[in-house]
Amino acid sequence: MPLINHLFFTELLGLRVYDLKGRELGRIRDAALVPLVDAIRVDRFLLGGGPAWLTVRYDQVDRINLNGLWLRDELLTPYHRDEYMLRIGRDLLDQQIIDVDGRKVVRVSDVTFNLDNSLGYDELRIVEVDIGLRSMFRRVTQGLLPRPLIRRLMMPIPPNSINWQVCNIVESDPQRRLHLNISHDRLEHLHPADLADIVEALGPEDREAIFESIDSEMAADTLSEISPEIQSSILESLDEDKAADIIEEMSPDEAADVLGDLDQDTYEAILEEMENEPKAEVRELLEHREDSAGRLMTTEYITLPTGSTVGDAIAAIAANAEIIDNLNTLFLIDAEERLTGAVPLARLFTVAGSEPLAGLQAERLLSVLVTEKQDRITEIFDKYNLLTLPVLDKQKRLVGVIHADDIIALLRSL
Amino acid sequence: MFQRLKYHIAVFFSVIGPGFITAMVDNDAGGIFTYSQAGAKYGYLPLWTLLPIMALLIVTQEMTARMGAVTGKGLSDLIREEFGLRTTFFMMVALVAANLTNVMANFAGVASSLELFGVSRYISVPIGALIVWLLVVKGNYASVERIFLFATLLYVSYIISGVLVKPDWKEAAIYSVTPVLIFDPAYITLLIAMVGTSVAPWMQFYLQAAIVEKGVTAKDYIESRIEVIVGCVVMTVIAFFIIVACAGAIWTVAPRDIKDSTDAALGLKPFGDYAYLLFAGGLFNASLFAACILPLSTAYTVCEGLGFESGVNKRWNEAPIFYWLFTLLIVVGGGVILIPGFPLVRMILLSQVINGVMLPFVLIFMVLIVNRKSIMRDWTNSPAYNGVAWTAVVTMIGLTLVLVGITLRDLWA
Repeated sequence: MPLINHLFFTELLGLRVYDLKGRELGRIRDAALVPLVDAIRVDRFLLGGGPAWLTVRYDQVDRINLNGLWLRDELLTPYHRDEYMLRIGRDLLDQQIIDVDGRKVVRVSDVTFNLDNSLGYDELRIVEVDIGLRSMFRRVTQGLLPRPLIRRLMMPIPPNSINWQVCNIVESDPQRRLHLNISHDRLEHLHPADLADIVEALGPEDREAIFESIDSEMAADTLSEISPEIQSSILESLDEDKAADIIEEMSPDEAADVLGDLDQDTYEAILEEMENEPKAEVRELLEHREDSAGRLMTTEYITLPTGSTVGDAIAAIAANAEIIDNLNTLFLIDAEERLTGAVPLARLFTVAGSEPLAGLQAERLLSVLVTEKQDRITEIFDKYNLLTLPVLDKQKRLVGVIHADDIIALLRSL
Repeated sequence: MFQRLKYHIAVFFSVIGPGFITAMVDNDAGGIFTYSQAGAKYGYLPLWTLLPIMALLIVTQEMTARMGAVTGKGLSDLIREEFGLRTTFFMMVALVAANLTNVMANFAGVASSLELFGVSRYISVPIGALIVWLLVVKGNYASVERIFLFATLLYVSYIISGVLVKPDWKEAAIYSVTPVLIFDPAYITLLIAMVGTSVAPWMQFYLQAAIVEKGVTAKDYIESRIEVIVGCVVMTVIAFFIIVACAGAIWTVAPRDIKDSTDAALGLKPFGDYAYLLFAGGLFNASLFAACILPLSTAYTVCEGLGFESGVNKRWNEAPIFYWLFTLLIVVGGGVILIPGFPLVRMILLSQVINGVMLPFVLIFMVLIVNRKSIMRDWTNSPAYNGVAWTAVVTMIGLTLVLVGITLRDLWA
């Protein structure tokens, strides 16, 4: 028998198990990790043959090859409690997992183990999960052809595998998440838009599981990238206080957008749980008609008195660091909060700090009423190639700002 | 006035979608042939089967739609999770084979219906195939669905042509609710064929995938349920008019077997050019529509079940297997129609056999899955509904297997 350094789960299944005298005890029906003890070592082999399954612990194994598994300790225990076990055949095979590196959801076809003999006896460690045609070929032929022949026949098919280190299992039961040491930390390093795509590819329960366990800020960023129908179903499935935490992390206009799609009872319940300041702002936005400027605008923007200087402006920006990412215009208002001018941000860099802002204003000051229809607004954005558009109430006071990305999102949803 | 009309159209389009499309495609070239044959040979007698067929359709489609809405996963996904890759793999192989022959039948429908208008098949089939291909490869989900919905509107042509033929409405009404069994083997075979062609495995896969793609969730599932039921009712109404048109035009003159659906269209000619043109035009629309949906649904289902990237919103290099499979089904399905002497009828019979053998597995898996609490949570079947579902499934399987037997006999003959 040639030495092998790796083994597939499909090969492990059905493998005969022999005791110290070389008598056959049964066949392997599944294998399990105990992630709280070791994240990659196969800890248990489940052995079928008699009326009840038996478990073989990793330290009872002598050697494993394509012909069988030989024990060095034959005191096997019956298989029952398994809440700490991640069973590969039952819990992993054919299920969806997240490939964090490739940023997509994949379905597991097979698992590749490394066969390690450094301690003098054989141990299996998970290296990769296999998803491609090659692993499918193994699944379809498994048990029908001899193992070495399958290995030879599959060689022309290109392999397609994902390193176990970047696999994220999705488990919807929180208790089991704890027992299996599953965390969604790795997902928090993804770009929210990528995580949104991943979440959309999963079923409702798994979506909920992810949103329950990632931090609220990431959840908020991700949620605003998800399509409206799925947004609502996620929010409705979460506890109200968790939903409120997520909504609080959003800008008021996004929050109003998301809440506006929910039914009255649900969004009232979520608003109830929110803190007072964001709650008031969101409520105000929700007052506006669904297809009006008021529902499109954000209330996060920077205003300065008409007489301010460039130095004042820079100080104001520094004081509002949390909205800096989406900032490209500053607004000038008079004592009655009426809009008098708009200053494109880039112009600040062209002059000294003592210059008055009034001299840097855009030549044309465009604005819309808070009741303006959304299709009219998209026309204005298109016609004047705008990045931002201030929104005024009846008294000409500045009440909000619409950004180009709101318009893109609006157009995409049509 | 125009505003009101616009509003009504908007409401119509917001309600109808996947369920409606699926039910309508059920009246594809093969379905139209079966119904035409029924009307031409036996007149109004077979009409009574339509109501039970509708009930069977509603029960199966409803479960499929529910699974899609609750799990957010396709049927092939669920079958793989619950019954493993090998089962799924063989099921997908059978599905591709059956659907490929189905695509052939529908391109044959495109060819023969346009030949009635004097267009050679060497022009109509390549152009039809190209249109179908471009629509899906260059379009996105929303635009594709809109075009599909428009195609469903054109089925109205059958209703109009049925009216133009001036059939005996009183008799049609009576036989719609009066079961008539005559012990003529050909009649029994026909009834079974009518039921057997009404529920095909691909429909279950397509409907569930489309529900998921549309983002329907358990909460707004009620609307989808209504849509599924409306779709099945409308599909039945159209089948009714096809049978009635052929009964009024052909059977009342002289009952006979028809060769194909264009033969039926020609039979309508004495009742005016409109009746004839609408019938032929309806066949063209139905065939092209099915020739579009079938390859698309097959590519979706296979990629989903085997875990390849899929979706019309993806680009070619993101979902290569999806697009290649789709393209291949169209090229092969349309191409063989252009080969002189290709044994098309045998292929179609063969596809009926594959469908018939696959259907029991699909339906049984469906009812098993829809009853698993771990998957469907509070949305499993109630015991009473289960009774109905199993009865429907067993009836369907029984009749389909009989049809398979009859078809196999014909294939050997």
